[in-house]
Amino acid sequence: MDYVIEMLDIRKEFPGIVANNNINLQVKKGEIHALLGENGAGKSTLMNVLFGIYQPERGQIRVQGQDVNITSPNIANDLGIGMVHQHFMLVDTFTVTENIVLGSEPKKGLKVDIAEAEKEVQRISDQYGLKVDPKALVRDISVGMQQRVEILKMLYRKADILILDEPTAVLTPQEIDELISIMKSLVEEGKSIILITHKLNEIMAVADRCTVIRRGEGIGTVNVNETSTNELASMMVGREVSFKTEKQPAAPKDVVLDIKNLVAKDNRDVDMVRGLDLQVKQGEIVGIAGVDGNGQSELVEAITGLRPSEDGEILLNNQSITNMKPRKIYEHGVAHIPQDRHKYGLVLDYSIGENMVLQTYYQPPFTTYGRLNFNEIYNYAERIIEEYDVRTPNSLTMARSLSGGNQQKAIIGREVDRSPDLLIAAQPTRGLDVGAIEFIHKKLIEERDKGRAVLLVSFELDEVMNLSDRIAVIYEGKIVANVEPDETDDQELGLLMAGSQRQKVGEPQ
Amino acid sequence: MILQKLKGTWIPLVAIGFGLLAGAIIMLLFGYNPIQGYIALWNGAFENPYFTGETIRLMTPYILSGLAVAFAFRSGLLNIGVEGQVFVGWLAAVWVGTAFSLPAFIHLPLAILAAAVAGGLWGFVPGYLKAKYQVHEVIITIMMNYIALYSTNAIIRNVLTDQGERTDYIAESASLKSAWLTELMEFSNIHFGIILAIFSALFYWYFIEKTKYGFELKAVGFNRDASKYAGMSVKRSIIMSMVISGGFAGLAGAMEGLGTFGYMSLQNSFTNIGFDGIAIALLGGNTAIGVILASGLFGVLKNGALNMPTSAGVPHELVDIITALIIFFVAASYMIILFREQIISMYHKLKHKLSNISSKEGK
Repeated sequence: MDYVIEMLDIRKEFPGIVANNNINLQVKKGEIHALLGENGAGKSTLMNVLFGIYQPERGQIRVQGQDVNITSPNIANDLGIGMVHQHFMLVDTFTVTENIVLGSEPKKGLKVDIAEAEKEVQRISDQYGLKVDPKALVRDISVGMQQRVEILKMLYRKADILILDEPTAVLTPQEIDELISIMKSLVEEGKSIILITHKLNEIMAVADRCTVIRRGEGIGTVNVNETSTNELASMMVGREVSFKTEKQPAAPKDVVLDIKNLVAKDNRDVDMVRGLDLQVKQGEIVGIAGVDGNGQSELVEAITGLRPSEDGEILLNNQSITNMKPRKIYEHGVAHIPQDRHKYGLVLDYSIGENMVLQTYYQPPFTTYGRLNFNEIYNYAERIIEEYDVRTPNSLTMARSLSGGNQQKAIIGREVDRSPDLLIAAQPTRGLDVGAIEFIHKKLIEERDKGRAVLLVSFELDEVMNLSDRIAVIYEGKIVANVEPDETDDQELGLLMAGSQRQKVGEPQ
Repeated sequence: MILQKLKGTWIPLVAIGFGLLAGAIIMLLFGYNPIQGYIALWNGAFENPYFTGETIRLMTPYILSGLAVAFAFRSGLLNIGVEGQVFVGWLAAVWVGTAFSLPAFIHLPLAILAAAVAGGLWGFVPGYLKAKYQVHEVIITIMMNYIALYSTNAIIRNVLTDQGERTDYIAESASLKSAWLTELMEFSNIHFGIILAIFSALFYWYFIEKTKYGFELKAVGFNRDASKYAGMSVKRSIIMSMVISGGFAGLAGAMEGLGTFGYMSLQNSFTNIGFDGIAIALLGGNTAIGVILASGLFGVLKNGALNMPTSAGVPHELVDIITALIIFFVAASYMIILFREQIISMYHKLKHKLSNISSKEGK
């Protein structure tokens, strides 16, 4: 059997933890090999070992059958290993070509031969169907395109083994489809791909084989066509996972959030929310379904006071909270799980304990006479950590060093624990693994059952369908339809999200 | 936890070591004896009470200007305007010190307060412009340094004196000096300002680490978006940070006006107290204790340097080179970290090889 990559019996320790133990990863030439595991299971560590960023304590690495000692990313590059990181490493103000050749520029005398480089980039782009414009500025192209630039960068450097680290986390559904076809054309041309992911349906759609890691231990490798999402999920999590969230029918009561004719602009001063009406009642989850960029972010920011409302009214329990300061709105009983946990949700350089009181630090018992009571703060944080299963050594740990799923669990704990009347959850499970998603969905339903009003904004249609008691479809800044999840399907929602009118339920379409 | 807190301190220590080492090499290259040079430096700073007093006198305004820079930095602002805030604080203190005749227990605190308020106002302007109109604080504070320099000169010449070179001496009741302390330190210029400086550092530590305002300031410094999301007033924090930072700087000016000199004279150029404050904050890692220690180092180096030409024949400018190198090494901490990592990885490779050899021998 000729493997292009063999990682045998790898062990990597960090002070206090074993990040990788007994892991075997064997990648065949021309296959897409998925590396599956929960957040923090050790996938990134393993890839960093392969890429020469970390040195393993034990184990053997072979590339094309040769024993190798990869001590730096340069060596990995020379061996034909290329990695596309989750967070792109591109210079915004450079063109696509300039980014690609950066560090290995073709020279003509002392000058960089950009024309030659552009030709080469165009050639590779055509060969693999990447459809990248070599002359475009990186800041002008979409996220999906930027990712293809990263892939092109690897190909330009003659990489044969491509590591893609959670490539779909930042992409829209259409872009995901395009990426999948690009990956297929890459392997057809003889490249091998290691796909790091925790999305099971992607593995089923694209991968040939899949290696599973759980809590740093290698669990095994399976052929994708001989397995099922259920089997993969239980291998990854270590128990049975239910995909359909169990819940009782909703019992909505009084209206908590009442939005009338809301108008809000985005940062470019363009109207994004254009006369939107929406109601959320006690004891129900209302899901906002829509394609990204139809005013969802602006809506959430207007409700929470982060963005001014230009027109209209936002009522909370029949009281206007329109254009109040965020702190006042929180004090009125709103909690907000923000869309971007690193930008808004956490101060990454604060301890997880300090982050647990980010909105409430000024109130007793956390502050008395202007002085912070760290005992109270850390006791409180320890309780949230415990209740919401946040995996962290302790509450003094920097928020930065937690995995994404645990950061998100901490945020959700903080927001839910304030017992808000209205809980706004924007993309609450973005980038998380099934275990964490299951946990967060359960929590949201629990909150609903306690009589809270929950407003869910998500670009994942499955999530909206699964969780919502009522779905409000947003299109160009307006709610264009209110539908019940069991009276509709993906197809109809997709059409509504694209702006077509709804036909009456039951009528033939 | 203590270990976690100490983790960052080795970089300045290594940098100081490197700086002194480089200084020694330079002395050797130019034919001086580095051991004698450093002994002269040490003696110049501590040999007798007079020298020690002068060292403490020198470090006093440094503590305050260092705190000023560090405070702004904690909320993500670069206060390059400490220099100008020192000037207005100095002038305000001297003005109160000369214009009133009051009992000491009112006069001295009033003069000190005036310095802090003046510095705070000088910091308010860039803070307000930053918060309200997003004007970059570095540009405004640099400009305001010049405004401070030339307007204090104009005020001294035209308002406080009639075309004079310097103001009158402040009243005894506003002075930080005391006959007792001066005599104890053999007529050095030492004054009680050091106590005020230490208390300011305590205040700094308490405010930043223990109060809700400090919590807000640091949050804004780390992540403005998250602070806004959390309901903090980012604008208020920015203004407050610049005002308090300017207040510290104003106090540094008071040290000169009420302590060292007892008057203010026309200045040709900047005193460098404020600019050195940037280096001190950097070296002290923006912590209260770090700033005190770094100020101490600066005081020792600057005062001890004066003794080097007479005792060891080493030109005192050498100390400027050493200070610059220390700052260079701190700023290049990335290089030091890399250096350390390389040593560690070399050690690991060696260990790996040794264990390979021994395991082969075992077979």
